Amino acid sequence: MTAAVALGIAAKKFAVEVDPRELAAMEVLPGVNCGACGFPGCAGYAKALVAGKIEPNLCPPGGAELVTKLARILGVEATAMARQTAVVLCQGDNRKAHLKFRYLGLEDCNAAQRIAGGPKACPGGCIGLASCLRACPFDAIEMTADGLAVISREKCTGCRKCLAVCPRDVIRMTPYESSIHVMCNSHDKGAAVRKYCQVGCIGCHICHRTVPDAYKVEDFLATVVYEQDAEAFEAIAKCPTKCIRDFNEGYPEGSTFLPINNDTSDAA
Amino acid sequence: MKLRTFKGGIHPPDNKHWTSHKAIEDCPLPDELVVPLSQHIGAPSVACVEVGQHVAKGQEIGSAKGFVSVPVHASTSGEVVAIENRPHPFGTSLPAVVIKPDGEDSWSYNLQFTDPGSLTADEVIEKVRQAGVVGMGGAAFPAHVKMSPPPEKPIRTLLFNGVECEPYLTSDHRMMLEESERVLQGVALLQYVYGAERVVIGIEANKPDAIALLKKQCADAPVEILPLAVKYPQGAEKQLIAAATGREVPSGGLPMDVGVAVHNVSTAAAVTDAVMLGRPLIERVCTVTGPAIREPKNLRVRIGMPLSHLVEVCGGLVEEPGKIILGGPMMGFTQLGFDVPVIRGSSGLLLLREEDIAKSPEGPCIRCARCVQACPMNLLPTTIAAYARRNLVAETEEYCAMDCIECGSCSYVCPASIPLVQSIRHGKAAVLAKKRNALL
Repeated sequence: MTAAVALGIAAKKFAVEVDPRELAAMEVLPGVNCGACGFPGCAGYAKALVAGKIEPNLCPPGGAELVTKLARILGVEATAMARQTAVVLCQGDNRKAHLKFRYLGLEDCNAAQRIAGGPKACPGGCIGLASCLRACPFDAIEMTADGLAVISREKCTGCRKCLAVCPRDVIRMTPYESSIHVMCNSHDKGAAVRKYCQVGCIGCHICHRTVPDAYKVEDFLATVVYEQDAEAFEAIAKCPTKCIRDFNEGYPEGSTFLPINNDTSDAA
Repeated sequence: MKLRTFKGGIHPPDNKHWTSHKAIEDCPLPDELVVPLSQHIGAPSVACVEVGQHVAKGQEIGSAKGFVSVPVHASTSGEVVAIENRPHPFGTSLPAVVIKPDGEDSWSYNLQFTDPGSLTADEVIEKVRQAGVVGMGGAAFPAHVKMSPPPEKPIRTLLFNGVECEPYLTSDHRMMLEESERVLQGVALLQYVYGAERVVIGIEANKPDAIALLKKQCADAPVEILPLAVKYPQGAEKQLIAAATGREVPSGGLPMDVGVAVHNVSTAAAVTDAVMLGRPLIERVCTVTGPAIREPKNLRVRIGMPLSHLVEVCGGLVEEPGKIILGGPMMGFTQLGFDVPVIRGSSGLLLLREEDIAKSPEGPCIRCARCVQACPMNLLPTTIAAYARRNLVAETEEYCAMDCIECGSCSYVCPASIPLVQSIRHGKAAVLAKKRNALL
């Protein structure tokens, strides 16, 4: 009884004052503790927000809606961060890209990469052992039957967890508005790429010549210039290895994700 | 009499009958030698010759960079035709000097006999460094680094590794039989450098001829020939120390912490060449064996000879190999093809057929603890592997994953075919990455 009283008094006396704004922020944060904001979990982010150290637009999973809510709680003005989405820049699944050797070991891309640079002959391509899938807190990644990771543009919140585990840096953050990507991550010369992959970028410059503003070719690899990609679609049909893909037209072969057409996404 | 050994370990079929009776043969020179600049543990050496330049046999073509590094030498005389990235036994393309032999095979200087009695210990070590001598058991750790222990850790016992516990390999066995003078001369030199009180050559009991020969030759010398029970991985440094001296190297420690230094018998022979003749390490004995090769042989090969050449010299292939392994079947490196060269640590080339490779699918752990029994480091392989696979780095480290010597005994005995050693390696890499990040 005395102990209970003592505990009760102690609880009152030594109670830690929590800023009500912090609790309110915790209420609206997604609570997945993905760490994309750069703080240890949602609680860490909420604490930093209340301390006024940072802008309330660092939570990619929360999106624009969360920024408005947080701004109201904190009594500040904030502009939403542009929505970003992760893309696996590779279409070379186990049928389209050659393997150097049969890999029989641990189902983990990092473990496989440690053995002679991974089973894929391409030094940049998706290994396909699903390390990113296991890291994704939002169930936004699927593996095709032929061993290629594909990320749903709608489910991806841009938390970057998959980027951190991928040993080949084949996953990139891209602006959500840009749906056209050069689906290759190999900086080898065209002749080398042709030897190990049917759908790799051979650095032929055709896309760049077709739409000079929307594409650049560096180190034998073309990339979309996302800031000015309005005309990028014109080069898709001209790519000799069919390496450029518009995700609004369809996901890579074998994926079950369906593109949502532009009208509905605008409405949402 | 019960032979000494260590705790744990496994008994794989030793398969040494293919080559153990065959004398060492000189391998003829190929059309092209590819000498990698990175053949040892430590910093790779830097090319110090130019394309088009003529080099003599034994000439330095790559200079050492830093203390834990050794120079690389031309394995024959000829013209440097390229300095570029070439396929390397480690699985990637790494810088190498490509030499087109001129057929003369002439040394860069007249070999001079040096009386080892006239040299100080430091001079011996310097000669060993200049000759690029590395541990020839497989890990290729620069010998001069091992030979320079800090003064507060004196070496009282000098241990020589004639165990050759890897199945199939017989290169050290043949060295001890055919070149015992070179080996014993090197043993004496190393004893002189360390000032060790006790010198032991550990040899597994499946090499009775080598034991008898060395015993006879060491009758008057203060060298102990110690027969050991046949068990894998007895040739691993810490296991050999346990077997021969009964001492245990502390976790995270080195053999010098228990006053022991371990060298391979072939390294001892290379030390003799380096010190007495000034001859750099440009050749080694390599066992070419396995069911997929027509004529298994013990070959004296030059560093940089492509594997395809070795296969040709051994009568070609019986059938397309299912697996090409440089080194032994337990700890060797599986190769992607025959285009890689032999390096200083290549003790054997093993060619297995498709049917020799076990490929049972992975099953669940049945908690039989065979891996625990087999682990020569007294670890819990199945527990560490389970943590490592779930990326629980702190737990992986707590269960002493870093003490794993990656001998593969656990994977060998596992009835569920769980890739235990690979999982532990994966975990070790994660622990190291975490430590690196903590420093940044």
